[in-house]
Order: sequence, then structure tokens, then C-alpha cells
Amino acid sequence: MTTRVGVVTFPGSLDDRDAQRAIRLVGAEPVALWHRDKDLHQVDAVVLPGGFSYGDYLRAGAISRFSPVMATIIEQAKLGMPVLGICNGFQVLTESHLLPGAMLRNNHLHFICRDQKLRVENASTAWTTDYQVGQEISVPLKNMDGRYTADARTIDELESEGRVVFRYLAGGPNEVANPNGSINDIAGITNAAGNVVGLMPHPEHAVEPLIGTGKTDGLGFFTSVLKQLVSS
Amino acid sequence: MARVVVDVMLKPEILDPQGQAVQRALPRLGFAGIADVRQGKRFELELEGPVDDAALARIREAAETFLANTVIEDFTVRVEETS
Repeated sequence: MTTRVGVVTFPGSLDDRDAQRAIRLVGAEPVALWHRDKDLHQVDAVVLPGGFSYGDYLRAGAISRFSPVMATIIEQAKLGMPVLGICNGFQVLTESHLLPGAMLRNNHLHFICRDQKLRVENASTAWTTDYQVGQEISVPLKNMDGRYTADARTIDELESEGRVVFRYLAGGPNEVANPNGSINDIAGITNAAGNVVGLMPHPEHAVEPLIGTGKTDGLGFFTSVLKQLVSS
Repeated sequence: MARVVVDVMLKPEILDPQGQAVQRALPRLGFAGIADVRQGKRFELELEGPVDDAALARIREAAETFLANTVIEDFTVRVEETS
């Protein structure tokens, strides 16, 4: 049976089609999920895509968190269903408290859009088993509210439990590694169980050599979850 | 009709670059002597019914779960009498 991976479309989602395409490229079946629908249509995993859900009014991800589809996703995520939140999806995951901490406006107040180098710090989550710890990948980054923050106790917990999954790296000698003032250069984190992962940069934009970074460094997210689901 | 005001501010320990940008602009515009600026949000909620303890408790709940993200923000709730 084909593995079904749902991609939620909220009003204002932008990268839902790219996420669906990435899922299709690795041989899984993308399933479009609508924000007002409580039903997940028997998907095995869910991607919350990038964009500006509900216009980012109030706070990025704050209104989507209360959409009907999120009620079911929160329930299923707590039961172990793999969930990946990319950019706005990461913001939705922190607002949902599926991941700790919160997202703030970039420290320099600019929207940032560039190829971003990352170091893989945890290769045992549902979405990262096809990477290796220490591996450096490059995927696009584009956001306004990407400054990850949490209180000192939460950061200690994330660091000591190896739950920082990706850290920002400089792409060259003239580039600052950290694009937004994120604490400890954190680009992505996971929950304690390892099934929920959130990151600001966009792996779904780096899955074909002709577009994005010209690399396919982002494919590993989708091949990882596929393997995990097939073997479980 | 009664109005309830919810003020939401970033917690003091959280860097507020928007407030800093405003603070840097003030002296350029001739407004000297302002040591710090922090920028927040104000919500004005017009109630249909009376502002009783139950109504205020509901608003506090709304502020805590939705209007403010208490990981990064503090909030206050107060009643403002309107004519």
C-alpha cells in the first residue's frame, strides 16, 4: 500500500504544492488536507507547509493552531504520528505546544530570503534518519518571524536531550551563520518522542536539481519518513 | 456597553527589535531623552452583556490561550467604562 502523507492548506499557505511535489518525488502519495476539515483521510504522516496562514494576523501560526484540522493533528501527533512543520508550519507547532518555545520577529526586522547552510544535529527523528549527524546541507530560507526562543530551562532540556535537530551555519566567509537571532543558532527542533519536527528553512524547495539551491538536500526529510512508515 | 482592554507586551527579558527601531528614530525626529521603547498590542473587546466576574474570567482565558502567547508575552486585562 502506498504511504499517504497529508499536507494541510490553511488560508495563506504558500508552499503546500511544493510539499506535495516533494512527497510525490520520493514515491509516497500526497493528500491535500483542508484546514476546516477534522478528518485526516487516513494519512500516515502530516506536513504543515510554509506560508502566512491567516495572514499571520495576531502572531504567526496563532490562528491556525485553533483550526479544526489542527485539533485532530495535535491528537494524532501525541499518539506518535510523524508531523513536520516547515517555516509557518514550525510556528504553528510552537503555538500548538507540540514543540516548546516560541517564534519572534527576526532580530534585524528584515524579511530574509537566501540559501541557508545547516548542520544536522539529530539523525534519529522520524524525518531525519536519512541524514548523518554532522552532515551539512543547504536549503532555502525565507521568513520574517524566524527567531526561535524559549526560556533557559527549555533550552537546557532541548540541548541535553539532543532535541536540537538543525543548527544554522555560515554559507561562506562573508555570511553570518545565524539569519535571525535564534537562540543557540537553532534552526529546527523535535519533541521528546522524535515524531514531531519543526524547522524554519524549506527542504521542500530543494528536491530537484533544476530549482532552488540546485541541490536535492531536502529530499532526505521525505525519504526518512517514508522508510520509517514502511518499516513500522 | 462595556469595554474590556487587553494589553499584550513582550516579556521584559525578550529582545524587542521593533521597539528599538522606534527608539532609534525618536532622536532623529527631535524627540530627545527617551531611554527605551517597547512595542505591544492593545485589544479592545466590546462586550454584549455586563462585565461581571464570569465575563472577565472568560476574557482572561481568551487572553491566556489566544490573544497572548505566554511563552513570550505578558498581558493585563482591565475594564474601561464607555457611555
